[in-house]
Amino acid sequence: MSNITAELAIEKLNNQFGDQIISSEMLYDFLTVTVARKSVKDVIKFLHDDAELNCHFLTTMCGLHYPDQAEQFGMMYQLHNMVANFRIRIKTFTSDAEPAFETLTDIWPSANWMEREAYDFFGFRFHGHPKMKRILNMDSLEGWPLRKEFPLEDPFRADKDDKMFGR
Amino acid sequence: MDIKTTPTTFPGTIHEVPGGGIVTSKLDDVINWARSNSLWPLTFATSCCGIEMMSVAGAKYDFSRFGFEVARATPRQADVIIIAGTIVNKMAPVLKRLYDQMADPKYVVAMGACAISGGPFFYNTYSVVKGADHVIPVDVYIPGCPPRPEALLHALMALQEKIKSGQTREQIREQKPL
Ligand code: SF4
Repeated sequence: MSNITAELAIEKLNNQFGDQIISSEMLYDFLTVTVARKSVKDVIKFLHDDAELNCHFLTTMCGLHYPDQAEQFGMMYQLHNMVANFRIRIKTFTSDAEPAFETLTDIWPSANWMEREAYDFFGFRFHGHPKMKRILNMDSLEGWPLRKEFPLEDPFRADKDDKMFGR
Repeated sequence: MDIKTTPTTFPGTIHEVPGGGIVTSKLDDVINWARSNSLWPLTFATSCCGIEMMSVAGAKYDFSRFGFEVARATPRQADVIIIAGTIVNKMAPVLKRLYDQMADPKYVVAMGACAISGGPFFYNTYSVVKGADHVIPVDVYIPGCPPRPEALLHALMALQEKIKSGQTREQIREQKPL
């Protein structure tokens, strides 16, 4: 069983992608790499295909929204090499108002529902996704609930008036 | 309309005659009595209140003592739907369809704060129906989060009393002159 260290993974990624790797850090023992948006799929594919890194498992992925950042929207991916127990987190950010990313469904079919979830809650599109529609919310919902500008209290109800509830 | 008193035992009187007895009763009362003692609930739980409902179905509380004998997994065979949990907007059409598929007469119990008003925590969320009675009519409400099993038993007995005294929606509707 090979032993993959964070240094080795960073070195490999830097050799392969150079300035596309924007930053990397250890967050609570978890290697986190921020990647330029246009290469994020190549980086993930490299991690998946590389014989030594062998990140064969997509643990999770989700949308990100930091309204104070210039590049406010982003995606986060977590990969796992179960054989060597090596894990890595990939982040990418974009300043687009209507962000779109490459789908990962051709690498992992399990990305299908998670990308639909990111679409459902953040409104991100995924190029090449086989069925880009809402998955958890009702189809007629307006807006993207996990974007920070979405009101915390239900914007659609009319029966609860602040006057009566003292808020 | 006038409120009838609830018959607690078999509705009717027994006239002793030599060699046996004769029972006189009203057919409506006998039907209501029979229906109220054989209410089959639909296995339907959408969140945490469902756990309490399961414990009521289990050996310790055991609602089959009161005639809620068999929980059915299909609405075609169920008489009462216990809405045990939060109804979200995406679930609402499913709940409506299940209710529509149940055969008459059918009864609805709204169990817990979520089914009554949308819940103690998420009543103001974009995804939650603010009370299951926005979707289907409800006969008995049980407050609590979650209600204790005893409360559910009490509600089920209240439903039985309601049926026996002819006070459910359908019974009242049938009594109206056309
Ligand atoms: S009322 Fe409370 S226990 Fe019942 S479903 Fe809602 S949150 Fe859960």
